[in-house]
Amino acid sequence: MLAFILRRLAAGIPTLFIIVTLAFFLIRAVPGGPFDLERPLDPAVLENLRRVYGLDQPLGQQYLAYLKALLTGDFGPSFVIKDFSVAEVFARGLPVSMRIGGLALALATLVGVTLGVIAALRQNRPADLAVIGFATLGITVPTFVTAPLFQIVFGLMLAWLPVGGWNDGAVRNLLLPVVTLALPQIAVIARMTRAAMIETLRAHHIRTLRAQGLSQTTIVRHALRGAILPVISYLGPAAAQLLTGSLVVEQIFGLPGVGRYFVEGALNRDYTLVMGTVVLIALFVLVFNLIVDVLYALVDPRVRHD
Amino acid sequence: MTMWRGAVVGLAAMAVLAVMPACAQSVFHRGAAGDPETLDPHKTSTVVESDILLDLLEGLVTYNAKAEIVPGVAESWTISGDGLTYTFKLDRRAFWSNGDPVRASDFVYSFRRLLDPKTGAKYATILYTLKNGEAANKSKAAIETIGARAIDERTLELTLENAAPYFIAQLAHQTGLPVHPPTVERVGKDFVRPENWVSNGAFILKSFVPNDKLVMVKNPRYREADKTRFDQVTVYPLEDRAAALRRFQAGEIQYYNDVPTDQLKFIRANLKDSFRLAPYLGTYYFVFNTRKAPFSDVRVRQALSLVIDREFLAEEIWGGTMLPAYSFVPPGIGNYGAPAEMAGKALSPIEREDNAKALLKEAGYGPGLKPLTVEIRYNTSENHKATSVALADMWKPLNIEVKLVNSDLKSHYALLREKGDFDIARAGWIADYSDPQNFLFLAQGDNIGLNYASYANADYDAVMKKAAQEQDLARRAGLLRQAEEIFLKDVPFIPLMFYGSKTLVSPKITGFETNVLDRHLSRFLAPAP
Repeated sequence: MLAFILRRLAAGIPTLFIIVTLAFFLIRAVPGGPFDLERPLDPAVLENLRRVYGLDQPLGQQYLAYLKALLTGDFGPSFVIKDFSVAEVFARGLPVSMRIGGLALALATLVGVTLGVIAALRQNRPADLAVIGFATLGITVPTFVTAPLFQIVFGLMLAWLPVGGWNDGAVRNLLLPVVTLALPQIAVIARMTRAAMIETLRAHHIRTLRAQGLSQTTIVRHALRGAILPVISYLGPAAAQLLTGSLVVEQIFGLPGVGRYFVEGALNRDYTLVMGTVVLIALFVLVFNLIVDVLYALVDPRVRHD
Repeated sequence: MTMWRGAVVGLAAMAVLAVMPACAQSVFHRGAAGDPETLDPHKTSTVVESDILLDLLEGLVTYNAKAEIVPGVAESWTISGDGLTYTFKLDRRAFWSNGDPVRASDFVYSFRRLLDPKTGAKYATILYTLKNGEAANKSKAAIETIGARAIDERTLELTLENAAPYFIAQLAHQTGLPVHPPTVERVGKDFVRPENWVSNGAFILKSFVPNDKLVMVKNPRYREADKTRFDQVTVYPLEDRAAALRRFQAGEIQYYNDVPTDQLKFIRANLKDSFRLAPYLGTYYFVFNTRKAPFSDVRVRQALSLVIDREFLAEEIWGGTMLPAYSFVPPGIGNYGAPAEMAGKALSPIEREDNAKALLKEAGYGPGLKPLTVEIRYNTSENHKATSVALADMWKPLNIEVKLVNSDLKSHYALLREKGDFDIARAGWIADYSDPQNFLFLAQGDNIGLNYASYANADYDAVMKKAAQEQDLARRAGLLRQAEEIFLKDVPFIPLMFYGSKTLVSPKITGFETNVLDRHLSRFLAPAP
């Protein structure tokens, strides 16, 4: 198993290298640069700026310099958030995004799997229909609709919770964003669990268990072990996505996470910030795919890496 | 039931706890349209930064609550007869928050830093007014040669390249703010960090977490600290206008200087006096590519401009947050009087249409003649799109076929800056200082970076040059007006609307005064009794 993990990590390095290279040249190929503003700069001023940020160097040289700095963990200075380096921006924002994303992930898994199991056991009965209805709603209604809705209902009308703000991570401020982020995931996970559970409940080994007269709880436990596999493979990329933040949720609730940088960095042509986010996401995806593979082996005896 | 009661009691207790510190000191919860990109006054370029920096630092001159220019660190100044030399006397009460007096040499240091090409200041151009300012910024003269000299600790002499009646107004811009030289020398660019921050303004930077909040506390050493009413100002960056509005409604922020345009009806009906709409020194316009036929033909440009229903754009498309523009320079600007006015304002829509058709026919376009197709480019935004669609509709009676193309802001302005291929493109300008020159210079032939239309009219340039050398303010205003008349006849840009400022101000805040620059220093605001 250890050898497998190490091998996978080693294989991640060339992948990362290719991603970094592609991203580096792609973002620079986009028209416009970090210093194109609504109010454009005097050419002389622009030249000064380009010199200060090393953008006057040949592209190849910039690329080599970036790679070299990256190896030492230096993501460079942000072009737009000028008073901070990209590494600092992540060091402040990532814990916020991971906290919100992690809570949303936990909530989504817990509620989603529970709902899925309940629905599968009561197939085609009211409880099942309710779960399916909720899941359809959860998948189709986007967060940019639910977030303002929650703000209006719980922040303005009932005035139970703050409309927005981070407030150093106070529970009251976390509730709405976490639920907003978790809802669509709950829906997806519930549907997946339900489908897999229904299939597994029809499997031969479950019929054998039933024939042996085992309790419902035991049967569910055994069935869940098989049914959880597709959920686990879904959770890998979902976790990578949730933990690296969400633009919509962060902007609407005014949270200092890193989710916004993926989009803002690209729109602002903040080259270093875009590169940093690309590396960050790539790392998360690589790591979580690995975790999924390891979990698979642990849960399903049919899968063994050696 | 008991659980509910518990929760309610808990929440109530939390609410009480949250309110308690507020009783002890007054906090102003100020929403901002986004984060500052930097707190370095020499790298700054945005309105958000201007609002924060003017709270933290004070220049030679500053703004009062009405955004009029008033003495700041300089208590008085004299101007030489030729208008080239300004001598400032510094206020003895001006101190940095660490106890150092604010010295004339601090300003010399700051202006040199702004103009030093190594700083990479986006707004260095604003002080090209200083002697050798442009040359130094373009590495053609030593930075020490710029026209800034400390005669003694409290006397500063600034020399200009050419006389400029707007120079004092330029000094009030955020780039005219000083930095504390010993701190910059000691920690370099990290002087903007809260732990290093030294203020000479009404507030001191206490903490700053991007996308979360920026906290400033009252500076007891500020020269007018006795008049500062808030102990603390917390600035929340809120990019989502609609979310900001909800937070304002919930009382979480007490001030925000924008509104979601699509909710104007709701805002007007529900927020009433908390919503303050006022004229703003900014023009919303489209530019013609005058290098390209048929837009090189002045008659085509005049015709297209003539038929536009500007009232409709301002009222219907922009919900009354803009004013129709019949000049390029917005009304209410300093050193000017009433702006010039474009021809055809008084005509009825039908007369305008007839005149436009006649102009086009002369130029060779119309029924039976050459067809005219126009491509409008704008940076992606619902409002710009709606405006462009409305223009296309207004040009339909002239048999003009319109194509719309949009791209994100950076690509849009990169295309304009690089003189790319376009027909008509959207642009806008907000004044840096209240002077007509700050608008009219956009159309000067030598303004390579900003004259997107590539407009070149020797007469216009000559009048502008003459105005720049004119000492007498009334005569200068006359010359600038003459320039604007040429501009309006040539229509290199189509001025459409003047911006309005849209501010949400809580009834818990007093001292707010609307003004054309939309500048509201926190030190003039106070908690309502």
